[in-house]
Amino acid sequence: MADKLRAQQHLEALQARYIGTGHSDTTKFEWTSNIARDSLSSYIGHPPMLQYMSIGLGQPREKVRVQLIDRMIQPVGKPPEVQD
Amino acid sequence: MAMYAVTVQPPSDTQQAIVGDFAGNGRQQILTANGSRLAILEVSRIHKGFKQTHVHDVFGIIRQIASFRLAGATKDLIIVSSDSGRIITLEYIPDGEEDLLNGEKKHVVKHFKTIHFETFGKSGVRRVIPGQYLAADPKGRAAMVASVEKNKIVYILNRNAQRDLTISSPLEAHKPQTLVYSVCALDVGYDNPLFAVLEVDFSDADSDPTGRAVEQIEKELVYYELDLGLNHVVRKWSEKVDRTSNILFRVPGGTNGPSGVLCCGEESISYRRIYNHPKDVLRLPIPRRSTAIEDPNRKRCIVSGTMYTLKAGGFFYILQTEDGDVFKITFPAEEDKKTKGVSQIKIQYFDTIPLATSICILRSGFLYCACESGDRLLYELEQLGDDNETAFYSDQYPADPHESYTPAFFHPRPLKNLTAVERIASMNPIMDMQVANLTQEDAPQVYSICGSGAQSTFRTAKHALEVLDLVESQLPQRAVSVWTTKKTVDDNHDSYIVLSLLTHTLVLQIGEDVEEARDSGFLNETVTLGVQQFGEDCLLQIYPKGIRHISPGIDESSHGAVTDWPTPPHRTIVACATNNRQVAIALSSGEIYYFECDSDGALAKADAEVSLNSTVTCLAIADVPHGHRRSGFLAVACDDQTVRIFTLFPDDDGEILKQQSMQALSATPSALCISHMKDRSERGESLYLHVGLSSGVYIRTIMDEDTGSLSETRRRFLGTVPIKFARVVVGDDPAILVLTSRPWLGYTDPYNSTLALTPLNYIPFESAGSFESEQFKGIICVRGEDLRIFTLDNLATNLYQESIQLQHTPRKFAGHPEQPLYYIIESDNNTVSSHDRELLKAEARKVKDEDGDMKPEINGDMTNGNHENEDLSPQQFGYPRARGRWASCIQVVDPVNRKEVIHTTELEENQCAVSLALVSFESRDSETFLAVGVAKDLTFTPYEYANGGILLYRLLNNGQGLEFYHKTDLPAPPLALLGFRGKLAVGVGKDLALYDCGQKSLLRKAQTSGCTATRITGLKTQGSRLIVSDQAQSVTYVVHKDAVHPNRLIPFVDDSVSRWTTCAEMVDYETVAAGDKFGNIWMVRCPAKVSEAADESLDGQHLVQDKPYLGGAPNRLDLIMHYFTNDIPMAVQKTPLIPGGDKVLFWAGLQGTLGAMIPLESRKDFKLFQQLELILRSEDKPLAGRDHLAFRSYYSPVKNVIDGDLVERFLVLNKAKRESVANQLDGSWSVSDVESKIWNMRGLWAF
Repeated sequence: MADKLRAQQHLEALQARYIGTGHSDTTKFEWTSNIARDSLSSYIGHPPMLQYMSIGLGQPREKVRVQLIDRMIQPVGKPPEVQD
Repeated sequence: MAMYAVTVQPPSDTQQAIVGDFAGNGRQQILTANGSRLAILEVSRIHKGFKQTHVHDVFGIIRQIASFRLAGATKDLIIVSSDSGRIITLEYIPDGEEDLLNGEKKHVVKHFKTIHFETFGKSGVRRVIPGQYLAADPKGRAAMVASVEKNKIVYILNRNAQRDLTISSPLEAHKPQTLVYSVCALDVGYDNPLFAVLEVDFSDADSDPTGRAVEQIEKELVYYELDLGLNHVVRKWSEKVDRTSNILFRVPGGTNGPSGVLCCGEESISYRRIYNHPKDVLRLPIPRRSTAIEDPNRKRCIVSGTMYTLKAGGFFYILQTEDGDVFKITFPAEEDKKTKGVSQIKIQYFDTIPLATSICILRSGFLYCACESGDRLLYELEQLGDDNETAFYSDQYPADPHESYTPAFFHPRPLKNLTAVERIASMNPIMDMQVANLTQEDAPQVYSICGSGAQSTFRTAKHALEVLDLVESQLPQRAVSVWTTKKTVDDNHDSYIVLSLLTHTLVLQIGEDVEEARDSGFLNETVTLGVQQFGEDCLLQIYPKGIRHISPGIDESSHGAVTDWPTPPHRTIVACATNNRQVAIALSSGEIYYFECDSDGALAKADAEVSLNSTVTCLAIADVPHGHRRSGFLAVACDDQTVRIFTLFPDDDGEILKQQSMQALSATPSALCISHMKDRSERGESLYLHVGLSSGVYIRTIMDEDTGSLSETRRRFLGTVPIKFARVVVGDDPAILVLTSRPWLGYTDPYNSTLALTPLNYIPFESAGSFESEQFKGIICVRGEDLRIFTLDNLATNLYQESIQLQHTPRKFAGHPEQPLYYIIESDNNTVSSHDRELLKAEARKVKDEDGDMKPEINGDMTNGNHENEDLSPQQFGYPRARGRWASCIQVVDPVNRKEVIHTTELEENQCAVSLALVSFESRDSETFLAVGVAKDLTFTPYEYANGGILLYRLLNNGQGLEFYHKTDLPAPPLALLGFRGKLAVGVGKDLALYDCGQKSLLRKAQTSGCTATRITGLKTQGSRLIVSDQAQSVTYVVHKDAVHPNRLIPFVDDSVSRWTTCAEMVDYETVAAGDKFGNIWMVRCPAKVSEAADESLDGQHLVQDKPYLGGAPNRLDLIMHYFTNDIPMAVQKTPLIPGGDKVLFWAGLQGTLGAMIPLESRKDFKLFQQLELILRSEDKPLAGRDHLAFRSYYSPVKNVIDGDLVERFLVLNKAKRESVANQLDGSWSVSDVESKIWNMRGLWAF
């Protein structure tokens, strides 16, 4: 039992440390938000990709960057109602 | 099969540029990060511009750079955040001497020295691995690295007792579920370092199903304090700021200023002191443009800027808005330093420059603008703003941007405070590229469409040095050779130009004017073979029948005694070689005579002579080395295809003209030259023997100065005409002109001191020499009856570019099949089209006229109005913006003859062009039409449109004009068009269709619905096969079957991996090379059986009945090559690059990279390069700490590609390192063998 508890604590520590580490109760919302945020931060972090998007949108890179970070706040829409 | 990837032109897009004294010489340099390269630029007033002094490829994605200076230090150090998961601090060591421990000095070649190399996280660009933001404390005590979400770490930088820089272990300041927009280090003097961070905490929004929390999310300005005493970081203070805030700028603190930050957001620049009280916030609006064509309600943001501290104290900001307008922000209440109170801040319009990613102001009065697109620019600051410019003060505006206020307006105007000084040509961003030989030269040119918005250009690039013509004049007769000579050895300038014409010699005197010299002493009635300033003050003329020795005259205008040395009877001189003290001549009978300068400057014939069995074609002697009496060796080329080296130093028995060595050649040598040239050797220069063959091959060999032995031979085919040489001086270094069917220059590369060979962008000429007069220095050359003088100023880039201005962001282009013409589709998103601009202007005029009628007494208003109607040139001011609007056009460019845009067709009704193709319809007698795919009301995220269509244009007078023919409506925008077997292949969404030309519209002949999974973005063809690129799902091969009615288009093989294809090219019938949006280049091949089966039947019945495999086509492609380039390939083409060269895969990247993938032909070469790559990965570790193999395998493991850029690092390693690397290779490779292999890869395939 103690082992299980330790494993549990270990997992929780990992989840806090590494964002996106899943668990048995990960919801679709959490999972998709996580993917979307990863993608958006990747678009921001890779300079050619940010430039590609900025040319497509006809906006300066700085504006596109801020728009993409803003989208990371709620990338896949509202969270679902919590069901008891 | 394996490929060898080399970069032909490094990326020119600048992520970031910072100013600092990195060399520690008291001057400022600019450090720029372009792609994966760090470069140091020097700006000097003497050169009136830039000089790139050092560049280093770090083989990693550079994300941010920052500089810091430790207290008391004299130079700035560099921090780099990259995708390596490491923090790297670097020191730039310029060229110079280094003191060794034993008191000796050692020559150091400029380089970056790694000081720290601290791992903090995983590699790669990830959401929570710090690296996106980097800020260094202005006093150099700490640095913060932050990620977009959650993680922030702080390093303490310090010095230990040995005065070495130390770095602490990372101190964490994480906050989960928090996004970071900007990080800036505050100036707090010597208090605890403080970092300001713009943050959004989204934890509430993530758990609120009603969606209300999202709207109420607040942006905070948070201060993190690094407590140096306790060694930890605390979140010290936070305050709410405007939700749209995006960027922070530091305000000087300590004794220099009030400290705090400028926090910029949408139409808001607010000054916030540390621990600010909300009512103390000072806010300025960003003035809006008040021109007729601008939307008066549009709010601007600050996108870049810089702070500048004046020497006399005081500071100001230069901030740029998204329109490119630059504003100057000052703190007028600075006198009040004691209370550190700032009562108001002021904003004034400064100037308008192209949109920049970084703006750097140098203390020498220059402003460097690293543009988002187009050329990088250097401006000179004429003045620091005009006091008469309208100013807006913060006390006129509320602190909260949501309160009502009257917006500020200004008039944009031409440059007033800045003057443009120089531009570095930059192809960034390349939207499309094609290699073609439209000018019918021996090497093809690179045609590309570059830039975005108003900075768009069509560029022609060729591998050549830029030449500046100075003088061009006519000669009375065809000239064969040209020489210039001084009168005495100490003269600074040349005095005579000697031209050998067909039958006689013409001597010109260089004075204020160049005129024919009357009494020069030269023999005019014969042709001349050589001219030489000899001894102290004599002149030599060598002609077929003898040598004339001219002594100096009493005064300037006359000459002294003339002595002729005649050749033995019935013999003539066929070749000669001279320097200041030595002369060698070859006679028609095969003898070689040798002369030296005696004590009184006369010719003294040596007793020794050489007699050869074969005819001598040419001779060469090097210049007398400084401090020596003679040069040691004579090179003799004979028509028995050999070059022999003879000694000129007396040996132990006092004998000279002993044959030292002999080299066999592949053809008769046509020219010889021995010259000293700067290189990377220990001494900084070596003696080179250049041999030119009549077959057009050029051979360069290093000649040992003591023994005359030859080593390190490089061969290269340069042209179809026998080679001639001319020794010249370019810049301050010796160089050699190689003349063949086009002129080439062999010179020392200014960056890495290796010898380079580049053609000149000039007509071929017959003879040349260096020319130096009081007015100018250059190269003199003759071609037929033309005498020309030109200079070469820029050896820094070997790619000569010409550009033609375009109207909007070019998207794609197509070349006319016969004429040298290009058709370009251009479109700008969120931009007002020219039609709408005219409407807006007309409306404004109408309003003005009405106003004028009402208030005719106001005179001043009228002049103002006129001013307003003045057209602002889009090149400087950009286009007015409007959400959801498109400005689009089709342009025809003639890059060869007229070098301009020759036709423009604007698209109206908010349509934008998305694709084009030239197609000759079989049903119309193969007449060529231009098909342009358009979309109406197109928006991205989400991808929506009103409809799509294809506009068909007829080509007028040989393609120079366009006539609208008809339009075909389509349900979706056709993103791909291609002329295919007399019809038009169209990709509409997921569907692939084949259209023929009808009277009123295109007629669909065949269609495959759902041909690919996402959206068809590109089409290529060979035979009956179509290669369909999908936006996200790699490529699909489709076969066309026309034996059935309706025709069938059957997808038969696709890829197993999703690749976001940007461009594709069929390398052969089975193989496709392509690039994707993540920056990879890859090659896929169809299995041979599948390929055969696809072409077997005429109706494709069995293909239709093949079972789809896992929801795709029945078969899968094999991956045969994969390589990460760190730039998005926009075009890839299989083409030869140099005359006589084989085909390579040439690709162009978005950020301005041009690269070549060279197929390796032999197993031996492949093994050599593979081993070399392997050794260099560990021996020359990438600077940013990224593992090279992991970098090139960024998304998918690198396959069958050798990184030539890494292999070429071998050439710039120091000697000991090169030796050790070569020793580690299997199969006895010497350093010079390896070097010549590496050179050949570039020399024989690319440039």
